[in-house]
Amino acid sequence: MATVQTTKKSVAVNPLKQSQPLGAALAFLGLKGMMPLFHGSQGCTAFAKVMLVRHYREAIPLSTTAMTEVSTILGGEDNVEQAILTLMEKSKPEIIGLCTTGLTETRGDDMQGILRSIRKRHPELFDVPIVFVSTPDFRGALQDGFAAAVESMVSELPQPGEIRLNQVNILASSAFTPGDVQEIKDIVQSFGLKPIVVPDLSASLDGHLDDSPGTVTAGGTTLAELREMGCSIFTLAVGESMRKAAEILEQRFNIPYEVFPHLTGLNAVDEFLQGLADISGAEVPETYRRQRRQLQDTILDTHFFFGRKRIALALEPDLLSGVAHCLQLMGCEIHTAVTTTRSPLLEALPLETVLIGDLADFEQQAVGADLLITNSHGAAISRRLHIPLYRMGFPIFDRLGNGQATKVGYRGTMQLLFDIGNLFLEEEESHAQQR
Amino acid sequence: MRMTQGKINELLSESACEHNHKKEAKGKNKSCTQQAQPGAAQGGCAFDGAMIALVPITDAAHLVHGPIACAGNSWGGRGSLSSGSKLYKMGFTTDLNENDVIFGGEKRLFKAILEVQKEYNPAAVFVYSTCVTALIGDDLDAVCQKAAEKTGTPVIPVNSPGFIGSKNLGNRVGGESLMEYVVGTAEPEYTTPYDINLIGEYNIAGELWNVLPIFEKVGIRVLAKITGDAQYQEVCHAHRAKLNVMICSKALINMARKMEERYGIPYVEESFYGVDDMNRCLRNIAAKIGDAQLQARVEAVIAEETEELDRQLAPYRARLKGKRVVLYTGGVKSWSIISAAKDLGMEVVATSTKKSTEEDKARIRDLLGQDGIMLEKGNAQELLRVIAQTKADMLIAGGRNQYTALKARIPFLDINQERHHPYAGYSGMVEMARELEEALYSPIWQQVRQPAPWDIVCEPSAELE
Repeated sequence: MATVQTTKKSVAVNPLKQSQPLGAALAFLGLKGMMPLFHGSQGCTAFAKVMLVRHYREAIPLSTTAMTEVSTILGGEDNVEQAILTLMEKSKPEIIGLCTTGLTETRGDDMQGILRSIRKRHPELFDVPIVFVSTPDFRGALQDGFAAAVESMVSELPQPGEIRLNQVNILASSAFTPGDVQEIKDIVQSFGLKPIVVPDLSASLDGHLDDSPGTVTAGGTTLAELREMGCSIFTLAVGESMRKAAEILEQRFNIPYEVFPHLTGLNAVDEFLQGLADISGAEVPETYRRQRRQLQDTILDTHFFFGRKRIALALEPDLLSGVAHCLQLMGCEIHTAVTTTRSPLLEALPLETVLIGDLADFEQQAVGADLLITNSHGAAISRRLHIPLYRMGFPIFDRLGNGQATKVGYRGTMQLLFDIGNLFLEEEESHAQQR
Repeated sequence: MRMTQGKINELLSESACEHNHKKEAKGKNKSCTQQAQPGAAQGGCAFDGAMIALVPITDAAHLVHGPIACAGNSWGGRGSLSSGSKLYKMGFTTDLNENDVIFGGEKRLFKAILEVQKEYNPAAVFVYSTCVTALIGDDLDAVCQKAAEKTGTPVIPVNSPGFIGSKNLGNRVGGESLMEYVVGTAEPEYTTPYDINLIGEYNIAGELWNVLPIFEKVGIRVLAKITGDAQYQEVCHAHRAKLNVMICSKALINMARKMEERYGIPYVEESFYGVDDMNRCLRNIAAKIGDAQLQARVEAVIAEETEELDRQLAPYRARLKGKRVVLYTGGVKSWSIISAAKDLGMEVVATSTKKSTEEDKARIRDLLGQDGIMLEKGNAQELLRVIAQTKADMLIAGGRNQYTALKARIPFLDINQERHHPYAGYSGMVEMARELEEALYSPIWQQVRQPAPWDIVCEPSAELE
């Protein structure tokens, strides 16, 4: 339905997009005992770290190969080697996630070769997996880097083994918060299934106190679980960007898969639960039958405020698509959609054109909308256009509880409808007051 | 100005910087030339530093020539506040794609500058190079010159690829661009004998607004703020000041030294943190300007302000007295905050000296006394160990260490650029006291430390055995 356009400007003004390495780091942070490592100059790591810390309000493990002008000219092998050895000595990670950056991709370091020769020189690293992912800053966006990291994980770590009939793989895209991932896990478990969630942000970035805080991730998918993924009976890819990773698991282990583009809204959750019922052979648990009726009631109560509302969205494709379809089914009109990167979901969006662009484009197009939905950078736009803002995406630095926020499942959908409905309600009240 | 290796070395070995005053060639104090350690380095890069130094110029557009990471992961995030234009808060980048990397990004950059100039009409455009654009050999200076000619707007190249070094070096790169292209390019309407520049104060959380009224009160005119809440034009006028006052940082010392060489403007290094330092700052400025009336006004204001402050601080001093603090921050703050804490009757039991000069360290030694610990390096583990060892009540540090403290259930105060409260000047002292008191006496600490009832193990009593 929609045509995808790209911005014609030479300059990006108020970028919506974040870099691929940042996305890859976020994916890696969902693994337990992890230390992500950027092969670039130290600023690449420092900037990404600050963003993640501001959004999640958590300590974020993230390290750098600290490339200099000289090492860039000579090649980065020594820096990669020294970084890995230093990390092993100081942080003792169980697993390292190695990402390239614009700098080292431009230079063209042969990463596979570098890793091979480091492994040859250091047999003591034998049992420490180093998951490598190529993430040049000058291509793609956060969602792509996140997906690429998950693809590397499932290419390198899962092992073949005897099929376990109750075990399923859940691949969760960058559209999902730690709270979302927890809800997905709870739902899957309620069908008597054992989910291996990759990456499992709900166990690492959920914001919890540990008894002895360390310098690597304290929770997340364990190495043992990653290896056992090859034994699962089915893969549920949540978020379109997880499709390729699901395909890799299918190719490697013959595990069938299904992609659920999003899990917000009645229809999307219905399909997911039906899928789980089919895989497990179990009935849909009473909790969710009840929640479904609650959601239907919520839709009734809230629909007065949603009807014909014009929504302007600036989000990454997976999240954009989920929110757009959910709100359209509430009677809203999708007024503007700006996104960061290509995706097969974009053409199917319920409006005429989708723009791959920045927040200045968004600000121009969103004039006349009733609600803006984007990250915290939308706050200034909201003030200038006098249109209320609902914060979603990344980064959100002017609201608390981003790790826990849950917008999936029947319950998460209800929360989303209440939150946005209240914004509309408040807006109506303030207009009524002014009269 | 091209950023040749010679130029970088000159900035690294800045002669006025204490770091470089070592007696032998292999002195131990060389933090500027220190290379970041792979796997251990934590700080930002030179590009980060250049942005920190220049982005507070509020009516300029700051355009980053590089792939998305450099601007996309950082724009709008600085804590510098503005009393006027908000243009500096916008993120501009050429957002290079693969084609640009292969075929060069100069054309895109040129068009980008023109678009920014046309759409946003900035007072000037600062253009920052990054690792990738330096590596592919884009000629930043030439493009900027061409764009400046075409638009009639100053377009200032800042050769700041991240890989040339640390944030510190980047600050100086930023300062170098100001010296080369901005300072001295316009004349102020009038000058007074009481004109000073503030160098290296970035108006984080509005700190500048705590001290500007005091300067006004005593009759000192701040000609150019470099660069907190500055307008581009005032930086152009900076060469007409009578005195440069470097605030809380050696970051832009190259500017102070060059302005002394070029324009004969002397400089002093001062701090706005704590009563003693604030008083000393005003007295030193008055003494340097050498005007007896000014000195008298300064004494009057100091007497008035300290009296009022003593009154306001009294309740906090009672509550903060004897509380033990570990301080982890850089450079001048490593001693200026000690003196502020001592003002409040608190005891600093350990402080970082990682980025401090020999002169800073000497001051720290005086302030800390015999038992004080000087931390040469500090990762999270080391900090927690020192806090435990010294039985400290709280950590005062930068935002990066916030979660080190909180996750260990230790009260924390943010002292660096991400903070939300202004601590400079006399009124800042009250703000800091209030925040410290709140951090230490909050009712939350008991809750986050208390175990769940079902985890409390009851020791079986001896009689039962």
